[in-house]
Amino acid sequence: MAMNNYPSRIIEQAVEEISKLPGIGKKSALRLALHLLKRPESQSLQLAHALVQLRTETQFCPQCHMISDGGLCGICNSHKREESLICVVEDMRDVLAIENTGQFIGLYHVLGGIISPLAGISPSDLQIESLIQRVSSGKITEVILGLSPTMEGDTTAFYLTKKLKEFPIKISTIARGIPIGGDLEYTDEITLGRSIVGRVVYE
Amino acid sequence: MYLKSLQVKQFKSYAEAQFDFISNINCIVGENGIGKTNLLDAIHFLSMTKSARGVGDPLCIQHGEDYFMIQGNFVYQKQDASKLPASETQITCAYQRGQKKSFLRDQKAYPRLADHIGNFPVVLMDPYDTDLIREGSEERRRFFDGMMAQMDRAFLDNLLRYNRIVQQRNTLLKHFAERGTVDRILLDSYHEPMVQLGETIASARVEFLKKYLPNFQTHYAKLSDDREQVNINIESTFPLGELDATLRNAEAQDLAAQRSTLGIHRDDFSFEINGFPLKKFGSQGQQKSFVVALKLAQFDTLAQARPRKPLLLLDDIFDKLDDRRIQRLVQMMAEDHFGQVFITDARPERTKSLLKNLKGEIKYLAL
Repeated sequence: MAMNNYPSRIIEQAVEEISKLPGIGKKSALRLALHLLKRPESQSLQLAHALVQLRTETQFCPQCHMISDGGLCGICNSHKREESLICVVEDMRDVLAIENTGQFIGLYHVLGGIISPLAGISPSDLQIESLIQRVSSGKITEVILGLSPTMEGDTTAFYLTKKLKEFPIKISTIARGIPIGGDLEYTDEITLGRSIVGRVVYE
Repeated sequence: MYLKSLQVKQFKSYAEAQFDFISNINCIVGENGIGKTNLLDAIHFLSMTKSARGVGDPLCIQHGEDYFMIQGNFVYQKQDASKLPASETQITCAYQRGQKKSFLRDQKAYPRLADHIGNFPVVLMDPYDTDLIREGSEERRRFFDGMMAQMDRAFLDNLLRYNRIVQQRNTLLKHFAERGTVDRILLDSYHEPMVQLGETIASARVEFLKKYLPNFQTHYAKLSDDREQVNINIESTFPLGELDATLRNAEAQDLAAQRSTLGIHRDDFSFEINGFPLKKFGSQGQQKSFVVALKLAQFDTLAQARPRKPLLLLDDIFDKLDDRRIQRLVQMMAEDHFGQVFITDARPERTKSLLKNLKGEIKYLAL
C-alpha cells in the first residue's frame, strides 16, 4: 500500500527528503521524522547543523582525495608511510578496510568510484588524471590496484593498467582466493576455481 | 528427487494454497483459467528462480498485493544407500515489491540466486515450445544457455559477466556517438574480457552440443516415422579462437551501430532437417517432433549430468500434440524413463484414458 496522504505538507517534505537516503524507505523515513518531533528541538538543530557542515566544510586531501579536515590527510602527511607505494581504491571505505589490516604502509589514491557507463560514470568523473600526475612525478615505484573483483572493478583496473603502461613502475593487483580460516569445501565454486587456476608456488 | 509439497501465497492467481504431490505422476485438472499453468510456473520458479514465460517478478504478485511466497519440500532418496531415510530439503522463495528476491534453502538464504540454479532441475514442455523454431535467435540461445546454466555453475557465472560487459560496452558506444569522441583505451578495457569470456562460452556451447545432440537425435528418431536426418549447428558470428580479431575488425561497425554487433550474444543455433532449415522445409509434424525431441533431450542431458532426474512439467500439451507423439510420451512414462511428472489438462477424461494402462501410481488433483 502506497502512503501518499500525509497529515501535513511539512511532514511530507521531510519524509520525501529522508527517504532519498540509501536503505531508507518511506515508512522508515516517517518513523525518523516522527522520532525527531518527539525529541527536544535542540537535537534536530544539531543534526541539521552537522549535515550542513558535512556538506559545506568537508575537504578532500589534494593528493589522495580521501576526506580530510583541511590540507593533506593524516596518511599523506605521515612520515612513517612508504611514499613510493600507492594503493588505488574505489572509495574511502576501502581505505578504512585496508588500514584496519595493518598490513599496508604505503599511500592511497581514492578514485571516487569505478568506471560504469551504465551508471553514467566515465573515467573523467574519477580521480584518474591526478593519479597519472602522481605517478609521473617519478617518486612512485609500485601501484597496487585494490579494486573489487567485479566486472566493473576489473574493467577499471584494466583501464588504469593501460594508462600507466608508459611509466617504469610495477603494477600489481590484490590477490583473490580462499578466505583465511575458511573451509575449502564451503568456498563458492567460482572463487575456488580461480584459486586453482591462479595457484601460488610453494616456497 | 521429487517435490512432496508446495505452498504458494499471493503468487499470480493464488491467494493462498497448499498442494501435496506423489513421486510418480501428478495430473492437475480443471477448467481453463483456474490456475493450472500458474501452479506449474510456481514449481518452475522454485527451480529456476524465475517465471517460465519471462514474466517479471512484480507481475507474479497477485493483483493488489505486494509480495509473494513459494515454498516447496523436496525429497531426495540416495540411490545406492536406500536403507538410509530419504532427506528432505525445503526451498523458500520470497519476493516483495521493490526489494531483492530471496531464496532460502532450509531457512538459510543463498548468498547469490545463481547458487540455487541447477540444484532442483526442471524441464517444461508447453504450447509455447514452438517459439524455439518460429522466433528469433534469442529464444534458442536462452534455451541452450539455460540448460547449460543448470549443469555448470561456472558457465552461468561467465555468461552473466559477459552480458554485463556487453551492456556496459553498448552504453559506452552510445556515449561516444553522443559526444562525438572515442576513448580507445576505455573501449579496449571491455575488449579483453569480452574476448576471454566469449571464447570460453563459445567452446562450452560446442562441447555441450556434442553431449546433447546424440540424445536429441535418438529421441527424434523414435518420435518420427520417417528416416529424415535432423541436426543442430551453432551458427557463430566468429570462428572459434578468432573472437579477438573478429571484434577488432568490427569496431568501426560497432561504433557506427552504437552497439556490439558480433559476439556470442549474437550467435544462433540452427535447426536442420535433411540439411535444410527446419523452419522453411519441415512439415508441421516434423516441427512438432523436433520440438518434443529438443525437450526430451534436455531431460536426458540434465539427468546424465547429475544423479537426480529433473521434474518434468507437461503443461497443456495433449491439445497440441497428435496421437503418435502423445503415445510416445506415455510409453516413456510406462518405461519409467522420467522421475516425477506433472501434467495439466482441461479435459480430465482424456488424460485418464491416455494413462489408463500405466502401472505406476497416478494422483489426480482437481483445482
